[in-house]
Amino acid sequence: MPNLFRGFGAVFYKEVLHVRRDPATLFFSLVIPLLQMVVLGFGIDTNIRQVNTVVYNADGRRESRELLDRLKNSDTFHIFRYVDNDQDLNDAIIAGKARVGIKIPVDYSDRLLHNMSAQVLVLIDGSDSSVAGQAINVTTAIGLDESLRRVLPDRSTFAVDMRPKLLFNPDSRSPNFLLPGLTAILLLNVTTFLTAFSIVREKERGTLEQLFVTPVRPMGLLLGKLLPYLAIGFSELCLILSFMRFVFQVPIHGNVLLLAFLSLPYLFVSLSIGILVSSKANTQSEAIQLAFLTFLPSIFFSGYIFPRETMPTFFYVISYFIPASYYINITRGIILRGAGITQLWTDGLALFIIGSVLLIIAARRFQNKVIMA
Amino acid sequence: MATIPQAPADAAISAEHLVRRFGNFTAVNDVSFRVEKGEIFGFLGPNGSGKTTVIKMLTGLLPLSGGSARVEGLDVRTDSESVRERIGYMSQNFSLYYDLTVTENLQFYGRVYGLDPARLKRRINEIVQLNGLEPYLNRLAAQLSGGWKQRLALGCAMLHEPTLLFLDEPTAGIDPVARRQLWDLLFELSGHGITFFVTTHYMDEAERCSHVAYIYFGKLIADGTPNSLRELPDVQPQGTLRVEITTPEVTRALRFARHLPGIRSATIFGQSIHALIEDHFNLDDLREQLLKNGIAVAEIRPLAPSLEDVFVELTYKHQAVLEAARA
Repeated sequence: MPNLFRGFGAVFYKEVLHVRRDPATLFFSLVIPLLQMVVLGFGIDTNIRQVNTVVYNADGRRESRELLDRLKNSDTFHIFRYVDNDQDLNDAIIAGKARVGIKIPVDYSDRLLHNMSAQVLVLIDGSDSSVAGQAINVTTAIGLDESLRRVLPDRSTFAVDMRPKLLFNPDSRSPNFLLPGLTAILLLNVTTFLTAFSIVREKERGTLEQLFVTPVRPMGLLLGKLLPYLAIGFSELCLILSFMRFVFQVPIHGNVLLLAFLSLPYLFVSLSIGILVSSKANTQSEAIQLAFLTFLPSIFFSGYIFPRETMPTFFYVISYFIPASYYINITRGIILRGAGITQLWTDGLALFIIGSVLLIIAARRFQNKVIMA
Repeated sequence: MATIPQAPADAAISAEHLVRRFGNFTAVNDVSFRVEKGEIFGFLGPNGSGKTTVIKMLTGLLPLSGGSARVEGLDVRTDSESVRERIGYMSQNFSLYYDLTVTENLQFYGRVYGLDPARLKRRINEIVQLNGLEPYLNRLAAQLSGGWKQRLALGCAMLHEPTLLFLDEPTAGIDPVARRQLWDLLFELSGHGITFFVTTHYMDEAERCSHVAYIYFGKLIADGTPNSLRELPDVQPQGTLRVEITTPEVTRALRFARHLPGIRSATIFGQSIHALIEDHFNLDDLREQLLKNGIAVAEIRPLAPSLEDVFVELTYKHQAVLEAARA
């Protein structure tokens, strides 16, 4: 009987020997992702706080100072300088020293005392859209609140009372949002590199050519090379999750075993990408460049940084073909929202299909481009 | 009863009208040859002339664009897996895993060929004895010298007891002692009935083969025993004589000899000149002519053509044929 997986055992055992003989590579491939987690987890805060603000208070009386106190207390604005003319207010924004400039006119208190509408000028630097959006929201809200307070001294009589409640991430902590997504990128990174390197190294050395004149079958060779790196990828996942839970205190609301199970097709996807890279690259430096090329779409179009829903249609469609999109939905679903298989099976199925297709394409390309080269 | 004429079935390799094209480029152009069992077959040719392509076709790595080939009686197009079980292959860069030890390399290749543990153990012992690898068993392959790497690579290619071994430039970049030892080993194994298909650039190695073929830009232009090639009419045309002129002034002598009527070709070989002269040209006359022009001559004697002479003559002739065809 022709054995499709001939040579699997021999290749698997040899691959394990390679990994054992080179513990430094194993160590770095496991530890560097954790370092990336530390940098992103501690270093990046997506909440907008303490925006540099310059103030021109032409009025200067009690009412105007109360308004400024309210702006300061919102935690959004950090008033770092007071100026006394329009020119300085403008200059501070143009120079980039302040993102927001607030001008309170000279008749602010007078108009309020006479029950007339008082205007406050808020200049916002639009070059960073998220800062600008936050500044608009907070200043508008404070203006509205201030007006209501003067009209309705008793708050309980509001006709409509909106009570927003932030689910899953009540304190809106950045690590909770960033790290589950980062897991997808790091796993892709580690497994793609390790697989691509293990094959390209044999190409450079000439041992791959040698294997092709033995009775080893392509599937036996590929699986023998993939499974050890699948195991390493899986260990990496466990490390990342422990780090996330115990160092960054991100609570895991769903079932960890389900997460582990749904990670398997994603790991197969990453390994297949590694094979595809190695079928194109002839040297390790070529492999690095090609691998980075595959990481970029996964970082930008998967919803890891920018929400998929706000993408232009073209890129939104592309995001459906990016495996990380599905896996990020799975990690955020299980870790943050406590989702189960009933909510996530479509993502799991999509990954399974993409993984199978990629593995078949990779094996074909491997056979045609590498063996018959 | 009529008998169907059949090629004798006992050839190790029989290649008929092999063709391999890469796009518009024909790398191997209508190449036919036969290698008998137990022969040491030397396959020669300049770099890029198609040697490795032919090996890849015979080992089932490259599909044939045309023609047919049987290796150990099996069709390489339909039976490549069975072919691979019977052949061994050693590439010129000694395909070893440098981060594995000598033993681990041997064990890996043995397992790849599906040797069971008992046979694997026995074969590793035999190979280690034969190649003298005993003192290096636990050393990493990276730490072996070129000659030992080559012996290990040969051992790895022989574990599964192949009857036909392809050696692609086995002696490139190894020292002369290791080179000599390898050839001694090849002769010993060949005595046990193993066939060798060897490519090389060294003419002294070609002289040691029992059968040589020369490929030049995809065309096979010589095929036979070294002695039969020396007697080819193209190498030794009717009415010519090959002589060796020993002189201390080789460069001047060469310049002079090339313009002498009656000398067809001349090349420097160390302290002497090899020339193809018309046989009506008296050797004493030649000596006199040289002396008259102030060129000291130590000795002039008839010479059998070397294989290098053979390949040079055949290449010139082939180039002339190609140019005539183009004109």
